[in-house]
Amino acid sequence: MIGVGKMKQYSNVLDKPLSKGKQEVSLTAFAFLFSELVQYNQTQVDNIAELERRLEDAGYAVGSRVLELLCNREKGNRRETRLLGILSFVHSTVWKVLFGKVADSLEKGTEHEDEYMISEKELLVNRFISIPKDMGTFNCGAFVAGIVKGVLDNAGFPAVVTAHFVPIEGQQRPRTTILIKFADEVLKREARLSQ
Amino acid sequence: MAPVGPRSGDAIFSSIDRVNAELFTLTYGAIVRQLLTDLEEVEEVNKQLDQMGYNIGIRLIDEFLAKSGVSRCVDFKETAEMIAKVGFKMFLGVTASVTSWDADGTCCSIILEDNPLVDFVELPDTCQGLYYCNVLSGVIRGALEMVSMKIEVTWTRDVLRGDDAYELQVKLLKQVAEEYPYKDDE
Repeated sequence: MIGVGKMKQYSNVLDKPLSKGKQEVSLTAFAFLFSELVQYNQTQVDNIAELERRLEDAGYAVGSRVLELLCNREKGNRRETRLLGILSFVHSTVWKVLFGKVADSLEKGTEHEDEYMISEKELLVNRFISIPKDMGTFNCGAFVAGIVKGVLDNAGFPAVVTAHFVPIEGQQRPRTTILIKFADEVLKREARLSQ
Repeated sequence: MAPVGPRSGDAIFSSIDRVNAELFTLTYGAIVRQLLTDLEEVEEVNKQLDQMGYNIGIRLIDEFLAKSGVSRCVDFKETAEMIAKVGFKMFLGVTASVTSWDADGTCCSIILEDNPLVDFVELPDTCQGLYYCNVLSGVIRGALEMVSMKIEVTWTRDVLRGDDAYELQVKLLKQVAEEYPYKDDE
């Protein structure tokens, strides 16, 4: 047929041009997919800690890929070396690309030097999820914690990242806080670089 | 109130909440990777993806019917058109096309040029039997089963295996009459 062209065939996926990242899918498609992820993992584990760990592992894979993609596309292959730099990268760029908005807030922990918190009123992944009472403190935000961990680890800032619910006065649904606890070597390096 | 006519896929897609396709793609990749690590057999993973798709499909159909406002389809041809033009657009943001109708009108092919599930994906040699997008066939099967159609879905073309587009062959096996969940006499 005249005028109908075939898509150019790339033998290697690395030769394909990188998309601009503007394509979208419906929120419900993502919500259904995420619910299947959680349901599948529920069948594979016996307790909540395992479930959170598996969700975190899934998120870790997403995070490491997001870091590579965004470093190439948004930042022109520049690498963050400072702590505040990588934190604001996660808080603004990563959040904006993945969830469509910057995170609600980024705070430094008051009790410990190595703790930082990113808070969000309602995490996208938790929007359609309700936790039954017998699951206690389980938070599907563990997936997002995994994404953050993936980004930080692969950028050279190893950390322990967890997600917590923080009940807020006057709001029915609690706020979600992603708690980032950096490893010692990161703080030592940061102290050295600050001199 | 007069019933609202069916809206086009584009109109619905622009009116609903959307998320970045890359988050969707990467999450799906994480799922497939988890399945491959846990199950190890490619056939098992295919089946599990189909099952997950089925679970999604039986709930997705409610959302589809609610948001699109379509009335009952007259025949299978219309159903396939609905899936390709409205369904895929509404959920994945891409349009598919329907071709290759057989003489009875019970078997057709849905062709997807663009597929957000497979961005950045390459199949390694160890996973050559994997139908990476098998979740889509489960979704279609589950959704149509909830509207009383039993179908069989097979992949005829797959870009990850070297073809130029994604082609799903959808075959209507039978239309099941709607059954009431209770008997009138009891």
